[in-house]
Amino acid sequence: MNALTYPPHARTYRYDEIDREFLQERIAEFRGQVERRLKGELTEDEFKPLRLMNGLYLQLHAYMLRIAIPYGLLNSAQLRQLGRIARRWDRGFGHFTTRQNIQFNWTRLEDVPAMLEALAEVDMHAIQTSGNCIRNTTTDEYAGASPDEVVDPRVYAEILRQWSTLHPEFTWLPRKFKIAITGSPHDRVAAQVHDVGVLAKRNARGEVGFEVYAGGGLGRTPIIARKLRDWVPEAEFLAYMEAVLRVYNALGQRDNIYKARIKILVRDLGAEFTQMVEREYERMPRDKYRLDPEIVAAIGAHFAPPPFAALQDQPLPEDREFRAWAAASIRAHKQPGYASVTISLKPIGGIPGDASADQMEAVADLAERHSFGEIRVTHVQNLVLPHVRQEDLFTLWQGLRAAGLATPNIGLISDIIACPGMDYCALATARSIPIAQQISERFADLDRQHAIGECFINISGCINACGHHHVAHIGILGVDKRGEEVYQITLGGSATNDASIGELIGPAFSYDTIVDAVETLIATYVAHRTAGERFIDTYRRLGAAPFKEALYAPA
Amino acid sequence: MPLLEDGRLRPDDWTSIEDEAPLPEGPAIVSLARLRAEADALAGRNAPLGVALSPETQPEEVAPFLDRLALVAVCLPKSKDGRAFTQIRALREHHGFTGEIRATGHVLPDQYAMLLRCGVTTVEVPESTDPATWTRSRDTIRIAYQAAQSADRPLSLLRRKLELA
Repeated sequence: MNALTYPPHARTYRYDEIDREFLQERIAEFRGQVERRLKGELTEDEFKPLRLMNGLYLQLHAYMLRIAIPYGLLNSAQLRQLGRIARRWDRGFGHFTTRQNIQFNWTRLEDVPAMLEALAEVDMHAIQTSGNCIRNTTTDEYAGASPDEVVDPRVYAEILRQWSTLHPEFTWLPRKFKIAITGSPHDRVAAQVHDVGVLAKRNARGEVGFEVYAGGGLGRTPIIARKLRDWVPEAEFLAYMEAVLRVYNALGQRDNIYKARIKILVRDLGAEFTQMVEREYERMPRDKYRLDPEIVAAIGAHFAPPPFAALQDQPLPEDREFRAWAAASIRAHKQPGYASVTISLKPIGGIPGDASADQMEAVADLAERHSFGEIRVTHVQNLVLPHVRQEDLFTLWQGLRAAGLATPNIGLISDIIACPGMDYCALATARSIPIAQQISERFADLDRQHAIGECFINISGCINACGHHHVAHIGILGVDKRGEEVYQITLGGSATNDASIGELIGPAFSYDTIVDAVETLIATYVAHRTAGERFIDTYRRLGAAPFKEALYAPA
Repeated sequence: MPLLEDGRLRPDDWTSIEDEAPLPEGPAIVSLARLRAEADALAGRNAPLGVALSPETQPEEVAPFLDRLALVAVCLPKSKDGRAFTQIRALREHHGFTGEIRATGHVLPDQYAMLLRCGVTTVEVPESTDPATWTRSRDTIRIAYQAAQSADRPLSLLRRKLELA
């Protein structure tokens, strides 16, 4: 398979011969590293960071291979190949992650080179999906489609991808480094809880510039990022990124893994961090790092609008079930007559983010038929078909239903983010997936879910917070308490423009009572809400008191 | 220990000197503390002078002395401690240092290409080192998306790849 079989109008970055050669060289390098490890020329300690920077983790039961999906963008040929890999080398499943990547949880070490070769056939890889380096940049899953978009963030996400790929200076950082970029005033990428968050915008003259945040993060020390600058001109974008990374690489803590993220450095230095970045930026030979408009244009050409037909918006068919799905799954598009469709990977009782090989192939087929062959992965572990004709929505829905992919719960209480937890992860201290499954089953009635309205539940199986529980309306953190899994609840978190860290509501609940506790919270919200209020709004208006009372008052 | 330069091993003709020890005749590497304390005396020696920086040292701290130094040694205490990469780049880029920059400590062959691209000259390697492992590692990946410090003209970022295309 090669680029010639790609859907012609899918706007993913198209590899050229140089990019492909680079990928082959990288595979050759990793093969050599594996050989040196097997010959004993590399110790396990030396090999580990090299293996991680090629996406290979050692988990609880097996190796896990995490594959990069740059800023969550896939074409149908790539998704089909992921399905093939799942069937051939995993157990017929893949798991989409909050970093818009996919991971295979049942990888055998000896299969890894073949898996990397199969990925390279469709210009994909596992580079920098782990390790203390710059990871996959995430962006808005509705990029290029959303009516509120001011700047196309894919262009700059791809520039960041190339710039950060095997960066000679920033490959051995104190800790992992995650960047998110959005080009819309409505932050859909959780920019303020990233190591660096970027809001691309335009000035009065229409020029592109960037609002830059640093030092946000979740994990065991959740922190909202500090704004470094309101405006970095487009040409200076990479220079400014360099300056931030230089200060971090020089001064970030190295002796304590829990204090090594940039958020700790930014928190400790405060305004001084900003000054140090500015000082570095001022003294750089900026010509050398200038982002040439010609390069921006060349990269931008990869993301030109697909050939949209001239259509009018039209009413949806009356079918009740279809309408329920449409209400949850369809989003307005900037092009008249089109819509963006979110595909739920959260079937009732299912594992959040899992997709079978058959489902991947089904989505690839549907994307080719209805969305120019283009697919997005979202940071809430769903998929998006960005550009669907409104007149095709009913047919698309039927196709999704046939593949078990039409659960109408996007943005609702069963659209849960969950980390792999103790079912897979070597770090986890509690199970997450079964809790997600039980909550989803408890609220299985979709009419009830719609009545409850928008509510985000995120679940992490340990303090590292891969399930982003801090920024959920209802966050659940599983911890180990003297050999027993218990679950803490935080309320009022948000990852959008009004970013906030949820507050711990009180003592933890047992594995057997946590779902009842969620039910109690929802009942309390429903009893107190005013018209149109979401869970988070009611919580913000009333504070924790009524929820606390409902959870902990003696019966 | 031998040195690796341009992919070949060569003997080290420098001597690292403890802070209290007397200075020898030939090329000597001292700590930054000693360099500060004995700057004038050291400048009067009739032999090349080098300084060893700890990973915590900010390159500007050594900047006032660079014009009389022939060598700056940086250190990776563990291979995954990458502070030296930023020190090396800053020495070349901000301070225009043109002498030898030597990487010491726990350096992996897999880091050789990146060290060179940041501006390193030599790497201190264990006695039994097979230089072929280092050159193979250096030459495996020949494409880069960023400009290197050693590039003979300032290429804008990403341009390197585009020009090859």
